[in-house]
This record gives sequence, C-alpha cells and structure tokens, in this order.
Amino acid sequence: MAKYLLLKHYRGGPKPAVDWAPMDQWTPDEVDAHMRFMHDFGARLEETGELVDAQALSPNGAFVRYDGEGRPPVTDGPFVETKDLIAGWYIIDVDSWDRAVELAGELSAAPGPGGRPIHEWLEVRPFYGVPAAVPE
Amino acid sequence: MNGELLRDLVPAVTGVLVRRGADFAAAEDAVQDALVEAVRGGPEGPPQDLRGWLITVAWRKFLDAARADTSRRRREVRVEGEPVPGPAEVVDDTLWLYFLCAHPALTPTSSVALTLRAVGGLTTRQIARAYLVPEATMSQRISRAKRVVSGVRLNQPGDVATVLRVLYLVFNEGYSGDVDLAAEAIRLTRQLAAQIDHEEVAGLLALMLLHHARRPARTSPDGRLVPLAEQDRSRWDHHLIAEGVEVLQNALARDRLGEFQAQAAIAALHADARTVEETDWRQIVEWYDELVRLTDSPVARLNRAVALGEADGPEFGLAALVGLDPALPRHTAAAAYLHERAGDLVTAARLYAEAARSALSLPERDHLMRQAARLNYRP
Repeated sequence: MAKYLLLKHYRGGPKPAVDWAPMDQWTPDEVDAHMRFMHDFGARLEETGELVDAQALSPNGAFVRYDGEGRPPVTDGPFVETKDLIAGWYIIDVDSWDRAVELAGELSAAPGPGGRPIHEWLEVRPFYGVPAAVPE
Repeated sequence: MNGELLRDLVPAVTGVLVRRGADFAAAEDAVQDALVEAVRGGPEGPPQDLRGWLITVAWRKFLDAARADTSRRRREVRVEGEPVPGPAEVVDDTLWLYFLCAHPALTPTSSVALTLRAVGGLTTRQIARAYLVPEATMSQRISRAKRVVSGVRLNQPGDVATVLRVLYLVFNEGYSGDVDLAAEAIRLTRQLAAQIDHEEVAGLLALMLLHHARRPARTSPDGRLVPLAEQDRSRWDHHLIAEGVEVLQNALARDRLGEFQAQAAIAALHADARTVEETDWRQIVEWYDELVRLTDSPVARLNRAVALGEADGPEFGLAALVGLDPALPRHTAAAAYLHERAGDLVTAARLYAEAARSALSLPERDHLMRQAARLNYRP
C-alpha cells in the first residue's frame, strides 16, 4: 500500500483541456450534479477502504513570510481570483501508482456545464513511505 | 458499574477532591485509582453507596500520594487533614469543576477540551475525534490545560459567564465524529442549570434546546443546508421546543435579561411560527434591539438588519446594513438576500457568488453557490 495526494488545483495546472465557466454561471441542476459527484466520490473511496482524508480549502488566506528580526511577518494576498488556486485534496492509500492515476482520472471527470466532464487537472504526488522492515 | 453512571460520578467525585484542596491532576489520578479498586472489588462486593465510597477511597488515595510527594520533595501540600468519613456532600461538587475548567487563565480551546474531559467525562480519544485532531495533540492540549489550573484553589465560584461561553462553544461545534458535541453541551448545561440558579444559565439551555430542536430539518439527506424559511417544520422536535420555551419563560420571569435569554427569545419566536409566513418579525426585531443594547455586537446588528428587512421591507434592511463592516462573517450573504428581496437580481447573484468564496463551511459555500446559480440561470 502507498499513500498519494490528489491535489485539486481548481482551474490551474498544465494547459486546460476545457475552459469552463465559473460555477455560479452553471445552471442549478449542474451545480447539484457536480456536488453530488464529489460527495459520492468520497463515499465510494471510503467503501473501498482507500480513503485517508479529504479536505476542501477556503479561497481566503494569504502568502506569509519572515521579514527579519523584530518585524512582523509580511503577508501578500489573498488571491481569491487566481486561476491556480488549491481548492482541496484527497489523500488515498492504494495498491499502486496505476490505481492512484485511475482514481484521479475518475475525479477529473466530475460533471460541469451540460453534464460534461470538467477535465480538471489533478496533481498526483506520492508520499514518502517508511523504510522497509526487510531491506533487500 | 455502567458507563453512564461513571460519567456522572467521576466528575462529581473529582470535584469534591478539588474543593477540599487537591490540585486537579492529582484529584483525577486519585479518582482513577479509586475506580480501579472499585472494579477489582473486595470480598464484600460493590459498595451500596458508590459515590460516598469513591469519595472516601479517592481522598485516601490522594492523601497517600500527597504525603509521599511531600516527604519526597519536602513540599507543603495544602490539605486540611482527613475529613471525618460520612455521607457525601449534598451540594454537587461538579459545579466547582465547571469553574475550574473555564478558568480565565485558559484559552477558549483549552477550556473546551478540559471541560469535555473533566466535567463531561469523555475520553481523550473521543474529544480528539470530535474536533478532528490527532489523539496525541488533544492529549497534549489537555495536559497543558491541567498544568495551567493545577495551582488554582477554589474557594469561591468563578464568573458564570465564562462557563457559559465555553458551553456555547461546545454546542456550536455540532457533530462531526462519533460524539455529538451539541448533545453533550446540552447535557452539561442541563447539569449546570440543576446546580446553579442563574437566569443566563437557563437562557443558554433554552437557546440550545430551541436550536437543537430544528436540527433534523436543517440538512437534507444528501447533506445540503436547508435555510430556516424552507425547513419542513413538522420535522422539528416539538417536545424540545416546548421544554425550551418553558425554561426560557421561567428565566425571563426573573426580569434580569441577558444575551442568551434574548437569543433564546428570538429562537422561540421562530419556533412558534407554524409557517414561515406566520413569523412575528416585528417582535424579532425588538429582541434584536435588546440584544444590540446588551452586547453591542456587530453580528447582532447584522442579524437585526435581516430581520428588519422582513418586518418593514428589504430597503430598510439594506439601509440598516450601511455602516456595518463588510468583512463581518455573512455580511455579503445578508446583502445578497436583501438585494434579491428588493428585486435587484443581478446584484444579488454577484453578491451570492462573492459570499460563497468567503463562506465559513462547505455546506454554506455550496448553498450560496446554488443561490448564485439559481439567480444567474436564464432558461
């Protein structure tokens, strides 16, 4: 078993396959269908015993960095309108990289306008594992 | 010995020890030791008066530990000596634990954790799961809190308002794990109300009961938020409402109004209306006036603006919003709603979408996004 992070970049990532409108421009039924899909995807991962964690992030927030001794940290943002905004993540514990890719592919097919898949880019990143108990 | 009984007994016995001068961590250890002895049992079987027995044994355990500690570290321990054995105090000493756990030296987060552990009798694991943090984190939070209050000697009750704030925080956390924090908060507030005769304790209990009564109708089976106006009122718990209203009326009769009573009165007016159209918005606005007078809270002003929009018309609500900080939580959502009522659907849709981006929870975000989509939709 290995853990993977499926990072949702909202509309960011490599060149978008489909440039879909922001969600408030969808029809109410399209919004519902999308949210139902997200809910079901998480529930299904739980059933298969592959879900570790799922979290959504509010777009509010800011970049923060150290600005020297005795000075308050510098903040920049929030960048609510940024295209590449991390919207949330799933952490899965699966048998293989292939399974992780398969699941990311399914998540990326979440329905958007007209019920068509949004083709969202998911970033799939393996966690470092623990050293093997039986070194080769 | 069943778990329910222990959950009431352990805090009560710990409270007795704390009141007699034991520091909190030592009292908890002593009660645990006494429990082990009770479970192990003796030839004579379980004692008839378990509470009295636990107090006697726990106090002895505490004194043994304190004496050992004293001789080891040559430190004076402030104990008045062994009290004469006898029946347990009539006053429920759990009350002292409420004050200790809400001590002003603790942060709200620590107070909440310690109250659930010491007064509520929940395990660290249960509290950790309820707040979605690792057990080690919660364990550390509770230990640190215990250290902060370990030097505190209780010889007089603290400020009841601090206890009420802690219980209110627990209630608002709702339920996300295997522990229903709202129900736990109600249990703790009921217990407090039984021990202390205070109109705001009653006010908070009424507020909790009235809100809890609406919970079954507040979310749809698929997890969607259902706003008050659209709730199926037959799914409200009318027994809880009746209880909440009675508790509130008794509190109000004492003529010492406080913020929890005012909030409960607003909740009671909503609960009273069989349909949303029957809601007495005029009276609700008057209660918000009281709440603003009592607390001067911008959140109360915001809610008052929405109520005023219902009572007098959306333009009055919008006028009342002027001057309030737009960064207030739910300010944008309230403005969106009032603009929609006023017929300005374009502005309302834009504001709903904006409110969705600053929502504080996922169900709330989804709800606001749906509102924006609904207004933008031109079939």
